[in-house]
Amino acid sequence: MDRVAIIGASMTEFGDRDAWVRALLAEAGDAALRDAGVDGDDLDHLYVSNMASGEFEGQTGVPNALAHDLGALGAYTQRVDQTSASGGAGIYAAWQSVASGASDMTLLVGGEKMTHKTTGEATDVIASLTHPVEYKHGVTLPSFAGLTARKYLDEYDAPRESLGKVAVKNHRNGVDNPHAQFRKEVDLETALDSPIVADPLRLYDFCPITDGSAALLFCPESVAEQYTDDYVVVSGIGGATDTHVVHERDDPTTMRGVVESADIAYEMADRGPEDVDFAELHDMFTILEFLQSEDLGFFEKGEGWKAVEDGVTDRDGDLPINTSGGLKSKGHPLGASGVAQAYELYVQLLGDAGDRQVDGSVGLACNVGGFGNCVTTTILEQP
Amino acid sequence: MSFDAHRCPNGHVTYPGHTRCPECGEEQTETIDLTERTGTVVTWTTSTATPPGVREPNHLAIVEFEIDGESVRALGQLTTAEGVEIGSEVEPVYEDELRDPEAGIREPASHEWDGYRFEPV
Repeated sequence: MDRVAIIGASMTEFGDRDAWVRALLAEAGDAALRDAGVDGDDLDHLYVSNMASGEFEGQTGVPNALAHDLGALGAYTQRVDQTSASGGAGIYAAWQSVASGASDMTLLVGGEKMTHKTTGEATDVIASLTHPVEYKHGVTLPSFAGLTARKYLDEYDAPRESLGKVAVKNHRNGVDNPHAQFRKEVDLETALDSPIVADPLRLYDFCPITDGSAALLFCPESVAEQYTDDYVVVSGIGGATDTHVVHERDDPTTMRGVVESADIAYEMADRGPEDVDFAELHDMFTILEFLQSEDLGFFEKGEGWKAVEDGVTDRDGDLPINTSGGLKSKGHPLGASGVAQAYELYVQLLGDAGDRQVDGSVGLACNVGGFGNCVTTTILEQP
Repeated sequence: MSFDAHRCPNGHVTYPGHTRCPECGEEQTETIDLTERTGTVVTWTTSTATPPGVREPNHLAIVEFEIDGESVRALGQLTTAEGVEIGSEVEPVYEDELRDPEAGIREPASHEWDGYRFEPV
């Protein structure tokens, strides 16, 4: 069977951008088409991953706007909203469009414009994904992270410092990412002494609010070869959901959507966690990097924090995690984040990651929506 | 307002209720009042970056109730974080407005804003 290839990719500068969502999407989409030498009118399908452009800036109908701006009129378009995992869900939709034979050339662009809102307003747009019985108590995604972190530290005797070390590592990686929102190292003391946001988590345990966009161009491998030798293949992909009501989970320290989406992706790729050379995890909060690294099978339950302490997940460690800087330093423009994770795998697999280059032929990305409510796990490989 | 858990014929209990039992798919046919019961704190946090209309700081806990050998959990505000630890006993107390529906809520009528906080016993 013809595998699904990615022949072009791009991401815009992440951070506090003047551009609104339509211009951000066009910037990334245009760059991905240029990367592969493909014209807009070659596109059969065009997907836009975006959580809340209507809520953030009153702009709806963005896929149609993007098709017009990129000269892709006639293409089938669709918006994909899966909250923070909109990017991963977009990868699934784009992969599916090519794997099914419905499209021979699919562009996926993820993007979000958020920084014009206050932190409270932006946090509440995101919190609106929660169930009313939780929302009315003023719950936010950061407060779910605080609840989970306290449970994790208590259950597995992990030191508070281990969470700070995730922040230090990912900020260090972000220094070498020219697209990252923060390109500045942070020392452990600063992270541990920063203001409390959701006890026991502090400011440096959280990703920032970000504007930005990223794009990927998909086609059958037989078509890819007509354009370039520099492409990667989607060897495995899976998606799964967990409870909407977060307090209904039996074990708050396990993300079942991560476990189940990874099982599907590993089986499709005929791979296991031991085959993964590097990974991009959804570190919207530092605690999530522990949970995912365990639920993906990289480490035993309750041991993820030790891997960070021991440097296993450093850029020069056995299993580098978040070489891009992660959401933590790169930023988290909701709909763009899952796409930007795959962008990092793409440039690493092609050997184009510059100062942050690591060795490896198999990369994994885990994109988490809500507080693990919906998850997509993607495995990309060299052909 | 009520603070009810919901039970299906197979004995699975959830809060809130669902159209079908998440465990077995049966219709939930029974309600269990949680207001007079004591629960145990599974975990808790104090949130200092709260949305518009939400008290700051906002103390929150996930609390577990035991009902005939089944456990059911609820997330809610704590009246205070003073002395609260994992394993602390708490009881529900009624509050007529958990957050201000006039602050930043697009459709105040889409939710009920009263409910129960948890008070350390």
